[in-house]
Amino acid sequence: MARLFEYQSKKLLKQGGIPVPAGDVAATPEEARRIAERIGKPVVIKIQVWVTGRAGIGGIQFAATPEEAEVKARQLLGMRVKNFVVDRVLVEEKLAIKAEYFVGLVIDDAAKKPLLIFSPAGGTGVEEIARLHPEKIARQTIDVLKGFPEYEARNMLIRVGVEGGILPKLADLLTKLYKVACSSDARSAEINPLVLTADDNIYAADCHLVVDDYAVFRHPEFGIEIAREFDRPPTELEKIAYRVEEKDYRGTFYFFQMVEQTAGSEKYIGFNGAGGGGSMMSMDAVLNRGFKLANYCDTSGNPPASKVYRAAKVILSQPGIMGYFASGSGVASQEQYHSARGLTKAFHEEKLDIPAVIRLGGNFEEKAIEILQAYLKDIPGVVEGYGRDDSPEFCARRLEELVAKNGGKRHKVRPMGETPVPEKAYIFETVTGRISFDHSKCPGCKTKGCVPACAPKVLKLEDGKPVLAITPEEARKGKCTECLACEIFCRFHEQDAIVIHLPIPGLKEYRERILAAKAET
Amino acid sequence: MAILVNEQSRVIIQGITGREGMVRAQLMKDYGTKVVAGVTPGRAGQDVYGVPVYDSVLQAWEKQGPLDVSVIFVPAALVKNAALEAIEAGIRLLVIVPDRVPIHDVLEIAARAAEKGARFVGPNTLGLVSPGKAVLGMIGGRAERAREWFKPGSIGVSSRSGGMTSAISYYLTKAGLGQSTIVHVGGDAVIGLSHPEVMALFEEDPDTRMAVMFGEIGTTQEERVADLVESGRFTKPLIAYIGGKAAKSGTRFSHAGAIVEGSRGSYETKVKRLREVGVHVVEAISDIPIRAKEVLGS
Repeated sequence: MARLFEYQSKKLLKQGGIPVPAGDVAATPEEARRIAERIGKPVVIKIQVWVTGRAGIGGIQFAATPEEAEVKARQLLGMRVKNFVVDRVLVEEKLAIKAEYFVGLVIDDAAKKPLLIFSPAGGTGVEEIARLHPEKIARQTIDVLKGFPEYEARNMLIRVGVEGGILPKLADLLTKLYKVACSSDARSAEINPLVLTADDNIYAADCHLVVDDYAVFRHPEFGIEIAREFDRPPTELEKIAYRVEEKDYRGTFYFFQMVEQTAGSEKYIGFNGAGGGGSMMSMDAVLNRGFKLANYCDTSGNPPASKVYRAAKVILSQPGIMGYFASGSGVASQEQYHSARGLTKAFHEEKLDIPAVIRLGGNFEEKAIEILQAYLKDIPGVVEGYGRDDSPEFCARRLEELVAKNGGKRHKVRPMGETPVPEKAYIFETVTGRISFDHSKCPGCKTKGCVPACAPKVLKLEDGKPVLAITPEEARKGKCTECLACEIFCRFHEQDAIVIHLPIPGLKEYRERILAAKAET
Repeated sequence: MAILVNEQSRVIIQGITGREGMVRAQLMKDYGTKVVAGVTPGRAGQDVYGVPVYDSVLQAWEKQGPLDVSVIFVPAALVKNAALEAIEAGIRLLVIVPDRVPIHDVLEIAARAAEKGARFVGPNTLGLVSPGKAVLGMIGGRAERAREWFKPGSIGVSSRSGGMTSAISYYLTKAGLGQSTIVHVGGDAVIGLSHPEVMALFEEDPDTRMAVMFGEIGTTQEERVADLVESGRFTKPLIAYIGGKAAKSGTRFSHAGAIVEGSRGSYETKVKRLREVGVHVVEAISDIPIRAKEVLGS
């Protein structure tokens, strides 16, 4: 779930007609001072991070003068909170608080409706109140076809004893919050506290919105870098992985790092799951054998071989892992030989020297296992392929045995190599890459097996040389599915004349940085 | 019998001319599903594996007669429009295969469906299959595989994970235990038919003697199934397997979410609650057929 920062959320509230304290966001102490000058009153300075309890860790400071605001902002900027480095603070007028309320909107999965919650007592204790005194909390599910009329909001408030001049103000605010939540595709929208000031005005003193990942595409204005749930900023490698996923909608590639560094004596492995449930089951199996995951990764939804290849390249950019474990539900509807080919290409390029256990049960698993066995027997690391009748527990045990046999050797990240494309090569573009054929090697080829190997049948022979049977435009638009079958066939059975280049922007530099850092120490 | 779909159900495919739509049209037809029409705006007059294509659901209905089910394969951003079109035309069961459908769109589909008395499976579902009768969606991938993996019988299967739906059913088949209907309810937070709703259908189905459920951390579906069992609204034997034991539970960051879910949603609370009401909770997938045999034998 894509979270917005407090200052972003407040901007949306303000656009929706909900009063927020005067203020702005600052990235430097000087900016903070200028904002305080404009406000012309004592201010509060708040770090912009996705953690609760900011006051308790000194992340919220008060300043009486602009000079003081600059000093305080200097202290806060650069502060480390969990995995965040504070790079922005919100500078706002300090409110004279008379009362605090809580307002929250969530999606109720049982009712399949938005649910609005109001508590006359706000602040951090609201969950406690909900548990001990549920009658003090007003709840209202909303009929999305009818919308949320003001009278419904008013009745909801009356039920928990709200009365007097504040009643219409709060009712109005609730209806506006619902509209903001809808227009911003929010999974949740929370104002806590909602403040009543000494002069009887209400302000959203703190607020956060969580945007539905699946609707982020409708909201380029939010500047959300990775539309996925994180409780910290994404790592460099996660950003690289996300760019792969963003540009290629065929199947799913989800990559998440579980640890910052795979240091120490822990038995880290690279994890490549397939499908949510199957990944969870597989994860449970390896964790039960005492392994730790360096990363979580899911390649499913019938991804092309090229996507699985990129996933493996990203996973193998993590130094220190002792094994590679790929496993899904075991009975996948997707055609598993695509994954097998993707892994084959990646493991070969990496000259993988740690063991890999690959559980590819499902459609065409026999062919998938055969590919792994036939083409990965000569690399330094042992690669074993399993199918639907081999349990995740068994496969996890196999990995444990192979890791022990390998002496617990850890993976070293290699520089990204690039095979040079010969002059006069026959080249065409694919959806996410480029294929080159060195036709000068074709006369030595007896089988011409690349043409029948091609899964989407886009190749034909011309003078004994493979060329496109479709237009280059069609190939680029996806008729060539990047199944990698031609390259693998040619490399292992014939002249090694085909090179499929599948760039992963940023990965080369990323690995160079890792290697340089290692050389320094 | 079986639930939701059988060999009589008259099915259309929205988005039949797309990449997935075409491949899965073949799966469904080959398996024996009565696919009577497809819909892709602007493609009326074409056919896909012998299935005539129309410009709208209404047109398909007019030309082909009453329709029971629509299986939707359009891009996520267009799902809402397609689903509302099907509901409006009078179709009473939708299978929404695409994932990444915006949640507010799903809420609107749910509201319209409730208003019109329609139901939907998904979004983000592989679909469902009543073995030997009909398949809806893409479960099994190919007809011969679906026939090999799923066999007719008396166990109802409901799962939140697509792969696990197939895996559990396959392991049951291998142990000689057939299935009445297999439902992948979908992986999203808000879905049409969730576990408790599917269990209620299995309760009514005379051919279903027991049920198997694959649950996951998050949402309150499994706890609501426990509520059904406790209140006597689900009385058949039930085996549950919950994934995500080792998963780091997500940091709760919304107070409102915590207020709604209370202590529900985690692996521990789900397992505890299900065991309390007498559901057979197993720890590994391989235990499912073993336990099922015990339950059916006793």
